[in-house]
Amino acid sequence: MRHARWVRIAHGIVTASFLTLAVTGVVILMAHPRLYWGEAGNDLTPAILELPISRNYRHGGYEGATSFAQATGSPISANRTYSIFNQNGWGRSLHFIAAWLLVVPGVVYLLAGVFGGHFRSHIWPGSMELAPRHLWRDIANHLRLRIPPATGGPRYSVLQKCVYSFVVFAALPLMGLSGLAMSPALTAAFPPLRLFGGYQSARTIHFFIFIALLLFLMVHVVMVVKSGFRRQMRGMIVGD
Amino acid sequence: MKTTRLITRRNAIVTGLAAAGGFALTRNWHELPPTYGNLLRMGDAVTYAAHRAVLPRQSLVREYTRADITSFPAIGTTNPGKGAQTPLLEAYGRLQRGAFADWRLSVEGLVATPRTFSLAELQQLPSRTQITRHTCEEGWTAIAEWTGVALSHVLDAAGMLPAARFVVSHTYDGWIDSIDLLDALHPQTILAYGMNQRDLPIPHGGPVRLRVERQLGYKSLKFLHRIVIVDKFDDGGKSGNIQNGWAWYTGI
Repeated sequence: MRHARWVRIAHGIVTASFLTLAVTGVVILMAHPRLYWGEAGNDLTPAILELPISRNYRHGGYEGATSFAQATGSPISANRTYSIFNQNGWGRSLHFIAAWLLVVPGVVYLLAGVFGGHFRSHIWPGSMELAPRHLWRDIANHLRLRIPPATGGPRYSVLQKCVYSFVVFAALPLMGLSGLAMSPALTAAFPPLRLFGGYQSARTIHFFIFIALLLFLMVHVVMVVKSGFRRQMRGMIVGD
Repeated sequence: MKTTRLITRRNAIVTGLAAAGGFALTRNWHELPPTYGNLLRMGDAVTYAAHRAVLPRQSLVREYTRADITSFPAIGTTNPGKGAQTPLLEAYGRLQRGAFADWRLSVEGLVATPRTFSLAELQQLPSRTQITRHTCEEGWTAIAEWTGVALSHVLDAAGMLPAARFVVSHTYDGWIDSIDLLDALHPQTILAYGMNQRDLPIPHGGPVRLRVERQLGYKSLKFLHRIVIVDKFDDGGKSGNIQNGWAWYTGI
């Protein structure tokens, strides 16, 4: 069994796109490395998480704080004097080119996978495989690093099928949707996007799913290497 | 020897989607901003074309209640009158010292009657108050109540001509940016002179700033000076976003 050509092409496009999205995503986050929840969040409101990933981390440099209203606890305004690190000009534009290259081939891949039988034959775990004893045996094998040699094709263990299914049907679509939920134009046009709980909730969700995908990537690369690097690379690039 | 079908299910799906996408995007090709042969701008142009092709024309952004109003940082130029380095900034400083009594917004270009508006004249036009979310490209957001006059009223008062396609805004601190007519005539696109029930503070763009609610914050120019209605795309040159490395359309 080999990886079909259209699968290899889709995998290549998604890999390049995901890596670009990851790098530009970090660049974008570096401009404002604070995470919030709800609709609003900025340097003058409390954050739920601050990330030490650029010189903007806890940068300070605000002056002239004034209250908008007389009451105590009123929202305030303050002027930023600190010059922030910001590469979002090219960062955002490149992020969205990569997003197009993920979404358009991605939708084609999903449709082709559903209607062409690829998912049913290779990706979706069967009910027999999901039996607790079988599942547990596969987990134990993975923990003991008992890795069968590469087949160079789409013969996946049940754990692999579960994780790939999670990535393809849950994580990546949620990355896309939470990304769209940060768009003023799209949330105006499609109110259901507001189900994420607001711009900052979407942004925070976007970040944490990114972390999950990063962990997936690391494990995926380790497994590819340990199961027979050359055979796996040939199998996914050239197809034999 | 293996025989292969030319029109497989997969080929049909791919071709169909590509055709549909291409058709949708090419409808308004001549109205796209130029890309200057720049790959990044091509991506931005695709996003703009897709939004204009697919999104409803006049969808409104969410409006909030006064309880949702939050603290709001002032960034970029926060005190144009201080240490003024250009003639425009010096002019702003003089106007500021006169409490903006002599401030005028000039409306020029493809209009039947080019004219100016004083602050009082803008405030006499029908006003709109909206509590909306400012979404900065940096990644922070803030909610504030804006009071102002819909840009469409101002364009109407000056008699915008049928050939008009873009509205170009010039600011006292040297920025030039433009929006297309769909955004210019949008009900929530206002010239704001009030913020959180007071006069628009200087750090947030007083006396009058633009609010373009369906795009990111940097389209909502502060310290408005002139508005020029044009029929050809104007990228603002060295003072505009594109030549400074930023997307012109930023609804995403």
